[in-house]
Amino acid sequence: MTTITIPRTRSERLRAAMSDAATMTRRNLSYWLRSPEEMIGALAFPLISVLLFGYVFGSAMVVPGGADYREYLMPGLFGMTMMFGLVNTISAVATDRERGVTDRFMAMPISSSAILAGRSVTDIIRASADLVVLLGCGYLVGWRWHGSVWEALAAVGLLLLLRFALIWVGIYIGLVLRSPDSAAALYPLVLPFAMVANTFVPPALMPGWLGAVAEANPMSSTVAATRELFGNPAVPGDSWLAEHPLPLAVGWPLLLLVVFVPLAVHRYRRARR
Amino acid sequence: MNVLTQSGASRPGVVPGQPAVVAEGVVKRFGATLALDRFDLVVPEGTVCGLLGPNGAGKSTAVRILSTLLRPDSGRASVAGFDVVRDPVDVRYRIGLAGQQPAVDDMLTGRENLEMFARFYRLGRVAARRRAGELIDQFDLADAADRRPKGYSGGMRRRLDLAISFIMAPPVLFLDEPTTGMDPGHRLEVWRGVRSLVAEGTTVLLTTHYLDEADQLADAITVIDGGRVIAQGAPEELKSMLHGDRIDVLVDEIADLDVVARLLADVTGSAPEVRPEGRRVSVPAMDRVAGLARVARALDDARIEVRDIALRRPTLDEVFVRFTGKDRA
Ligand SMILES: Nc1ncnc2c1ncn2[C@@H]1O[C@H](COP(=O)(O)OP(=O)(O)OP(=O)(O)O)[C@@H](O)[C@H]1O
Ligand SMILES: [Mg+2]
Repeated sequence: MTTITIPRTRSERLRAAMSDAATMTRRNLSYWLRSPEEMIGALAFPLISVLLFGYVFGSAMVVPGGADYREYLMPGLFGMTMMFGLVNTISAVATDRERGVTDRFMAMPISSSAILAGRSVTDIIRASADLVVLLGCGYLVGWRWHGSVWEALAAVGLLLLLRFALIWVGIYIGLVLRSPDSAAALYPLVLPFAMVANTFVPPALMPGWLGAVAEANPMSSTVAATRELFGNPAVPGDSWLAEHPLPLAVGWPLLLLVVFVPLAVHRYRRARR
Repeated sequence: MNVLTQSGASRPGVVPGQPAVVAEGVVKRFGATLALDRFDLVVPEGTVCGLLGPNGAGKSTAVRILSTLLRPDSGRASVAGFDVVRDPVDVRYRIGLAGQQPAVDDMLTGRENLEMFARFYRLGRVAARRRAGELIDQFDLADAADRRPKGYSGGMRRRLDLAISFIMAPPVLFLDEPTTGMDPGHRLEVWRGVRSLVAEGTTVLLTTHYLDEADQLADAITVIDGGRVIAQGAPEELKSMLHGDRIDVLVDEIADLDVVARLLADVTGSAPEVRPEGRRVSVPAMDRVAGLARVARALDDARIEVRDIALRRPTLDEVFVRFTGKDRA
C-alpha cells in the first residue's frame, strides 16, 4: 500500500517544497493555457493602446527633440502591461480561494510557501509571454532597440522585476479581497496607476503637481530605465526621481518586495487556518 | 546526501497507544449558530466510526475541524496523536479527506486531477501515472478520465473525489457523506475500498445519512444533534437500546392495516406502530418466538392473508428516529 513519507531534514523539506511549487505551477499554467479569455486579458489593453496611441493619438503627439513617438511609446506600454498583470494575480488568488479544490489543498501537507511560490512563478511566466508578444508587436510598428543585447536583456529584466514585485502586492490584495468579483472591479482602479506615469506623456509636460506624482510612480522609474537601456527617446525631468531611473527601477521593486512578501505570507498562513 | 535523506524520512503513523481521533468539549460557533456544542468523540485506531445526525447537526463542522480546515472556538481535538490546532502540519501528513462537496480541480481532466494529487503526495512521475490508472479502474472512471469534471454526473464527480482521497493509504481517513448520490453498484465498490483500507490499518471517520451504510461499515456509531452527542455505541448496542425485537407484519392491501393493527394489539397487549407507506404494522415482541406464533395463529384464525410476517431486530433507522426525534421515513 502506498503511504506518504514525511520529510525530516532541512534538505528533504526544501526538496518537498520545490516539488510542490513545481506541481502547483504546472496546475496554474494549465488554468491559464486553457482559458483563452485569460490569455488575452492582460494583453488586450496594451495591444489596443499600440494602435490607439501609436497611430490615432500618436499622429498628434510630438516628443520634445523630434523623436518618433512610437519609439517613445513602446517602453511605456511594456511597463503598463507589467502593471496590468497585477489584476490577473489578484483575481487568480481571489478566485482560487473560492474553488472547491482549495479545501483539498488546505488539508494536505503542502506548505503555504510552496503554494505562493507556485503562484508567483506562474505569473512571471505569463508576464514573460505577454512581454514577448508585445516586443513583437513593437517590432511590427517600427520600434527598435538601439543599445547592446545586454542592455536590452537588462531592460527586460527590470520590467520582470517590477512585475515580480507586483505579483506579491497582488497576492496580498487578492487575499484581502477574497471575492473574485471585487477583483474584476479593480481594472478601472489600476488604470490611473498606469496612466499617471511616463507611459504616454512625459511628466515634465504635465501640470507641476501631477508631474511630481507621475514621477513618483514606481512604474515611471522602470519605464524611464527601460527607455535608457533600449536607447529609445526619453524626456528627462529635472527632479531627483527622474534623474535616477536605473537605481530606482531596482530600488522600488525591492522595497515593494520587502514590504509585501512578508505581508502576503502572513496573510496566507492566517487565511489557511 | 542521498543516503542521509533516505534515512531521515519516515512514514507517518498514529502515535502508538493513542486513539486515532479524539475530540474533547469542542465548541464551534458561526455567528449566532452553535454548530458544535461541547462535542466529544474517541475513535480507536483501526476502527470505523459512523457519525450520524440530521441536516445541520454539525457533522461536517466536526470533520472540518478534525481535518484542520476550521479552528475550534474552544475544546481540544487531536488526530493520530497530534493536536489539530498546534500541529496542523503533522495532522495533514496523516489524514485523507473527502469533504461533503467534491473538491476536484475543474480545469483538469479526471486523470490529470489524480496525477496532480499523486504528485502532491510526492509520488514520482511514473508512480503517479500508475496510481492514477489503478484508481481510474477501481472507481470505474475509464470513460470519463480524459474529460474535465465539469461534464461529469454528480455520482461521477463524487467517485473522482473519493478516488483522489484513496491515492494514499492515510493513517486516518475522513469521509463526509462518501456515497451520497451514488448508484448501488458503485456504493458497494466504495464500501469494499473502505474495508480494504481498514484492513491495512486505516482508521475511518465517516458521516452518512444512509443508515445501512453505517450498519455495514461502522464499528461504532455516534449520533449527534444540535452539535451535541446524543447517542454512542456499537450498532448492535444502539439497536438493543430500543428494547428488543419486533414483530413485523407486511399486508397486501392498505385496507387490511387497521384490522391487523387491532388484532396485534389484542394479541400482544401493546400499541402497534403502523406505517402505511410500507404497508407494515409492527409491535414489540416481548416473548419472541412464542409471541410470533400467537400472532400467526390469530391471523390465521381471522382468515387475514398477509404477505409476510417476521421477527426482526430494530433498524438503525428506528434508532435514529428514536434519538433525534426526527422521522425521516
Ligand atoms: N461556514 C458557515 N457559516 C455559517 N454557518 C455555518 C457554516 N458552516 C456550517 N454552518 C452551520 O452550522 C450548523 C452545522 O452545519 P454542518 O454543515 O456541520 O451540518 P451537517 O451535520 O454536516 O449537515 P448535513 O447533513 O446537511 O451535511 C448548521 O446550522 C449550519 O448552518
Ligand atoms: Mg454535512
